[in-house]
Amino acid sequence: MMDQVLIAIVLLISIYMLGSSRLGGLVNAVAWQGLFLCLLAASVQKTNMPWHEWVLILLAIVVKALILPLLLKRALRETLVQREVEPQLGYSLSLFIGLLLLVGSIWTVWKLPLPPEIGNPMAVAIALFTLMVGLLLIVARTKAITQTIGYLTMENGIYVLGLTLAVGSPVVIEMGILLDVFVGVLVMGIMIFNINREFDHINTRHFTALKD
Amino acid sequence: MIFTLFSAPFVSGLLSFVIKRDKVRRALLAFTALAHLLLVSLVSSGPQTVSGWIGADALSQLFLFITSLLFLASSIYTIGYLSSHSQSESQDKRFSREAGFTGCLILFLSMMTLAIISQHISLFWVAIEATTLLSAPLICFQSSARSLEASWKYLLICSVGIAIALIGNIAMAVTCSFGEALKTFPMTFNELARHADLLQKDWLKIAFVFMLIGYGTKMGLAPMHTWLPDAHSESPSSVSALLSGALLNCAFLGILRTNIILNKAGLGDFSAKLLIFFGAASLLMASWFIVQQKDFKRLLAYSSIEHMGILAVAAGAGVNTYFGGMLHAVNHSLTKGMLFMVAGNILNIYKTKSSSDVRGLIRRAPLTGFLWIAGFLSICGVPPFGTFVSEITILTGLGRQHQWLILSLMLASLGVIFVGMSRIVIFMVYGESPLSDEEKGGQRIDYWTILPPLSLFVMILILGLWIPAPLKGLLDQATMILRGY
Repeated sequence: MMDQVLIAIVLLISIYMLGSSRLGGLVNAVAWQGLFLCLLAASVQKTNMPWHEWVLILLAIVVKALILPLLLKRALRETLVQREVEPQLGYSLSLFIGLLLLVGSIWTVWKLPLPPEIGNPMAVAIALFTLMVGLLLIVARTKAITQTIGYLTMENGIYVLGLTLAVGSPVVIEMGILLDVFVGVLVMGIMIFNINREFDHINTRHFTALKD
Repeated sequence: MIFTLFSAPFVSGLLSFVIKRDKVRRALLAFTALAHLLLVSLVSSGPQTVSGWIGADALSQLFLFITSLLFLASSIYTIGYLSSHSQSESQDKRFSREAGFTGCLILFLSMMTLAIISQHISLFWVAIEATTLLSAPLICFQSSARSLEASWKYLLICSVGIAIALIGNIAMAVTCSFGEALKTFPMTFNELARHADLLQKDWLKIAFVFMLIGYGTKMGLAPMHTWLPDAHSESPSSVSALLSGALLNCAFLGILRTNIILNKAGLGDFSAKLLIFFGAASLLMASWFIVQQKDFKRLLAYSSIEHMGILAVAAGAGVNTYFGGMLHAVNHSLTKGMLFMVAGNILNIYKTKSSSDVRGLIRRAPLTGFLWIAGFLSICGVPPFGTFVSEITILTGLGRQHQWLILSLMLASLGVIFVGMSRIVIFMVYGESPLSDEEKGGQRIDYWTILPPLSLFVMILILGLWIPAPLKGLLDQATMILRGY
């Protein structure tokens, strides 16, 4: 029961992300999404998790739902952008594609031979959907900060995909993956400051100097 | 022993962030590069059995040698580059850009080393992603609008690509969750290959596709190559040399190791088709863009895509091309490292990357002009250079496998690329110089930036005439690993 509710919440958040133009709202959404996805991953485990996995999930929540969103908020304040204007794909079109992606994810998971001990196949589908939404945000939006949010969404999806498919790596490596994601968003954030200083905006649509 | 290989540069990289004096930091860079090469030689003289997450088998040793040699050349070049570019910077800044650059450069070496020696699929992923994060600041060292654009594209495209490879890792882990016997063993490339016939085949295919696309993005295979020309042309030349000669190889290593698992599981045909498809796409894409290229650093970048395509074809075509492929990886890295450094010298003389503005190089800077044309001949596979030997080996291997279609496609692209490049390079070297006589003379030779490409040139010349016995042994062992023994 618990996981059904969580799946619905995550689904709503992802759909909100596709339709929203307000960047502040988008950052909030990605934070809540990180939190609920981690809770979902914890709730679908059939067997009792060893304590170190609980620590890892807790750590992931702190990084993905607290530290990184705060960093992105700060980037928003410094660069003075509020809205994603003129996206590559319109909002209603993004929502429509999102719907197709949802159907596609459920269909994929339904078709795949899943390992026997998976708790809830819907959780796998929703992880896949989140991942797709992240990719869509990266290609459909033009602000560097929205693309960073898209990247974070994608990593959220992949993280939960790993957890719901019950394929834990050793703790050291899980920490390494989390650290990579953290530093990745950090470097992107620093670069956003530099881009803003150099170009007076963070719109990647105007990145046209390099092409063939 | 093996741990010092990546932890020593890691510590020294962290150190160089805090060292205040430029001279000391540069000395540390050169010392780290030398020490790394020494450690690599020590490790490869040791035992070769690999167990656990970290270990250097023959395949690792081969790539370690390439990376370490290239890093040594590139770090000496970097010292010359930094000392001629950084006079304007004020000394009293708390955190100089140069310290950040040197620190990231050494940490980059450390993470490339970790990627090469890691046998665990997820550890490999962590290391490869870390190389992206550490090299992105290197690309925008000049902090111009163009280099920022290039490094944003690099960071975003490669991070997404490597995230896709992470899905591949998850899928690879799922292949083991269908039987009780498989649940306990560590996810290392070796163990997976040993139990390959027990793995779930559908998930194994999914894993390979995602890993090929993910690491292929980093390796620069078309059509995921779009970051590569920008990043290679906008970064400082020593960084371009490392990106092209060392980093692309690291990503390739991941694909190679996964391919071994697929071969063992009896899915060799499936992986071969995909590898050859992406290889052929890269060859075609590269020849198309090389013919109409106007920027000589981008020209080299597209040439890297071409050679990555050749490597992918060699990895896909099967047992007869493995040896040629490994030899080609060595030759390509050394040649491309040398070419990027020479390109940096040309850029330094003419202050432009447009090949139509560079004329009469051989009269203005004879040694640079000579190295440029020799490097061009070498990268196009003209005898007596090493690339000729390796390309011929790959081509005859393809013929022995009866892969006539891809053989003719590769020959055609090599021909087109040779013509396209020669048109650009010959005018650059021998064309009439637009500058007056007093501007021509007085090019001071900077030994820091000319000796590294010169010594790489000597190496590729030697490799074309004769493969030293230790290298031959290493190549043979690496080929055995690729065949799955």
